Amino acid sequence: MTGRAERLAPALSTGAFRIAASAVAVFLLVAAVLAVLLIRDAGDAVSEDVMASIEAETQRIAQSYASGGRDGVRLAVEQYAASPGHGLYLLTTRDGGKLAGNLATRPQDLVAGKRGGVFSFKPQGSGDAAGAVRQGVALRVALGDDLVAYIGRDIETQRQRLGRMRLVLLVALAALVLAGLAGGYAVSRHVLRRVEEVNATARSIMGGDMSRRIVVTGGDDEIDRLALNLNRMLDRIEMLMQGLREVSDNIAHDLKTPLNRLRNRAEAALRDPAGEGACRDGLERTIEEADDLIKTFNALLLIARLEAGALEGTTEDVDVATIVGDVAELYQPVAEEAGLSFDVVMYGPVSADVNPHLISQAVANLIDNAIKYSSAARTGPGPGPGDGEGGPSETGGVRVEVERAGNGIVVTVADSGPGIAAEDRERALKRFVRLERSRSRPGTGLGLSLVAAVARLHGGSLRLEDNAPGLRVVFTLPGASPHAKTPRLQH
Amino acid sequence: MRVLVIEDDKETAGYLQKSLKESGHWAEVTGDGETGLALAKEGGFDVLIVDRMLPELDGLTVVKRLRADGDATPVLFLSALGEVDDRVKGLRAGGDDYLTKPYAYTELLARVEALARRKAPEEQVTRYVVDDLVLDRLSHRVTRAGEPIVLQPREYRLLEYLMRHAGQVVTRTMLLENVWDYHFDPQTNVIDVHVSRLRGKIDKGFDKPLLHTVRGAGYMVRDGQG
Ligand SMILES: Nc1ncnc2c1ncn2[C@@H]1O[C@H](COP(=O)(O)OP(=O)(O)OP(=O)(O)O)[C@@H](O)[C@H]1O
Ligand SMILES: [Mg+2]
Repeated sequence: MTGRAERLAPALSTGAFRIAASAVAVFLLVAAVLAVLLIRDAGDAVSEDVMASIEAETQRIAQSYASGGRDGVRLAVEQYAASPGHGLYLLTTRDGGKLAGNLATRPQDLVAGKRGGVFSFKPQGSGDAAGAVRQGVALRVALGDDLVAYIGRDIETQRQRLGRMRLVLLVALAALVLAGLAGGYAVSRHVLRRVEEVNATARSIMGGDMSRRIVVTGGDDEIDRLALNLNRMLDRIEMLMQGLREVSDNIAHDLKTPLNRLRNRAEAALRDPAGEGACRDGLERTIEEADDLIKTFNALLLIARLEAGALEGTTEDVDVATIVGDVAELYQPVAEEAGLSFDVVMYGPVSADVNPHLISQAVANLIDNAIKYSSAARTGPGPGPGDGEGGPSETGGVRVEVERAGNGIVVTVADSGPGIAAEDRERALKRFVRLERSRSRPGTGLGLSLVAAVARLHGGSLRLEDNAPGLRVVFTLPGASPHAKTPRLQH
Repeated sequence: MRVLVIEDDKETAGYLQKSLKESGHWAEVTGDGETGLALAKEGGFDVLIVDRMLPELDGLTVVKRLRADGDATPVLFLSALGEVDDRVKGLRAGGDDYLTKPYAYTELLARVEALARRKAPEEQVTRYVVDDLVLDRLSHRVTRAGEPIVLQPREYRLLEYLMRHAGQVVTRTMLLENVWDYHFDPQTNVIDVHVSRLRGKIDKGFDKPLLHTVRGAGYMVRDGQG
């Protein structure tokens, strides 16, 4: 019993159950009022009809006394009593002696004082109904000085019908209460179970299992939506935590090495037996090394911040084509100096709500890569005679394109350098990843990670493709109003 | 040149004081905002170097109060916060330039010297002249020894900036920020390429070069040998 009570208790104390219970209570009140009105009304209707016909008969009997005297009224009462129906009649002398009628005795209540009312009687004669007390309603009328007539109706059937109606209503009300409470209980049990699932998931996440997610039943009810939102929040938190972990890993692995190199260099400069000149040289190189380290640090910090951050308040409605064009203009002489052709193709103004500084920096990184790696290819092995498929690469070039595609904006930076093998493309976007053959060029391996972070922050994407030959980087931004809407997960 | 350094890190402040002295300037140092504000209000400084993060009264507030007082002494903000919007906040508070830590001393010196020079209202100068190189800001025409030189719009702005700061070192970052309005590191030697193109147009064929490279620091336009 206590076990059951314990199981019951939490469900009964949920908000859902409380709401259900109060709804049942209100409903019940309305139903009860309706029932009472109904019963009263039905009872009244019966009595009024009956009373009217009794009244009419009384009138007629009084008339027959007036016209026929004692015998006339006796005849009339006997006639009435003999006719089938619910009529009840009794004609007595002043002191109660029965003269005619189908009632055995005078209605007790009506003998004294009252002119009419309800009374109990035993029907006359034999028959199955004999013996049972029935209820009637009657009026008393004095006829002359020595006669009294009682004219009434048997209302037992109506009374019983009314009783049954009352019973049915009562049972219905009781059923209503039970069903309401049971429904409320079931709902709150269900809610409680779902909430408990959420709680259990939260507990195990707090226990350290960040990968746990709340079960979504797919019913698309409010709890499902809550679960979806919580899950999305958890995804975001997990992403942020992972970002933080990655940064600390990066600091541990990728920054310690150059830091150590820096230290070694300073130490070597200090110990250099060649004297002050060599020491100066060493120190200068140390400073260069420190500068590189600072650059790396800044890039890493910026990426981390972009991955954790939101764009809110830093965006402007600008023409992306202009931004890209300006960056291209900055790099154009560099490309030309490197002997690369440099084409910029814009398909009209394409405005979007973006952070212009970040877009500039991202595009600069892409153009920098394109120039850096394709000019490396040119000064590298050199164009061998009949070097196969590398057709147009003998005049290597960089091509920058901006166009609107559907609802979005696509910025493409393509070169005809060595490209990136399909299997390395995903890896190249990771932090500090520099592919084997480009180690000879300066760089930190953070450039593409930054571009990817900028794209993601804007709700866009970054894709590396084969430009046959060379690399084509496709940087996509959502158009008109990006990042404002997070996709609604409603099926 | 008299410089007030408001910087709470003693080591940095001391290093700045010493270095500025070596560069021929006079520097006063204080570690907190209140004193800094009081000293600045007394006046007599050509440039203020203000750290953004200070105990008690922070750098932004110091400069805001100073500007509210109508004091227009040029301010260089130093900050570890380097995001574009941090920079914008600094400039909005009344700063004239913004340098992110860590920085090279040459960078700081170049900026401080540029700021000290900026006191003159720039808009009223209509012509820059360095030796026989003339840049007319009204007609946007450039001539050297009377011969017109055709420049691209960006080249024109580059030369304009260099000539405004004639006789001063201008760093690559300063050019990137002021001529292109970019606040990131472009990784390659983009600025060098642009400067050498400009040099090709204004110095080529003349005996006397005017656009000089200052080793380890940047560029300078001036007459006389480098
Ligand atoms: N256009 C390209 N052609 C060929 N390889 C490329 C190209 N762009 C990037 N890569 C490869 O991807 C790697 C990662 O590029 P990323 O821009 O992230 O770093 P990085 O250029 O080495 O250094 P940073 O950009 O930080 O100076 C490069 O090291 C290079 O191996
Ligand atoms: Mg790169």
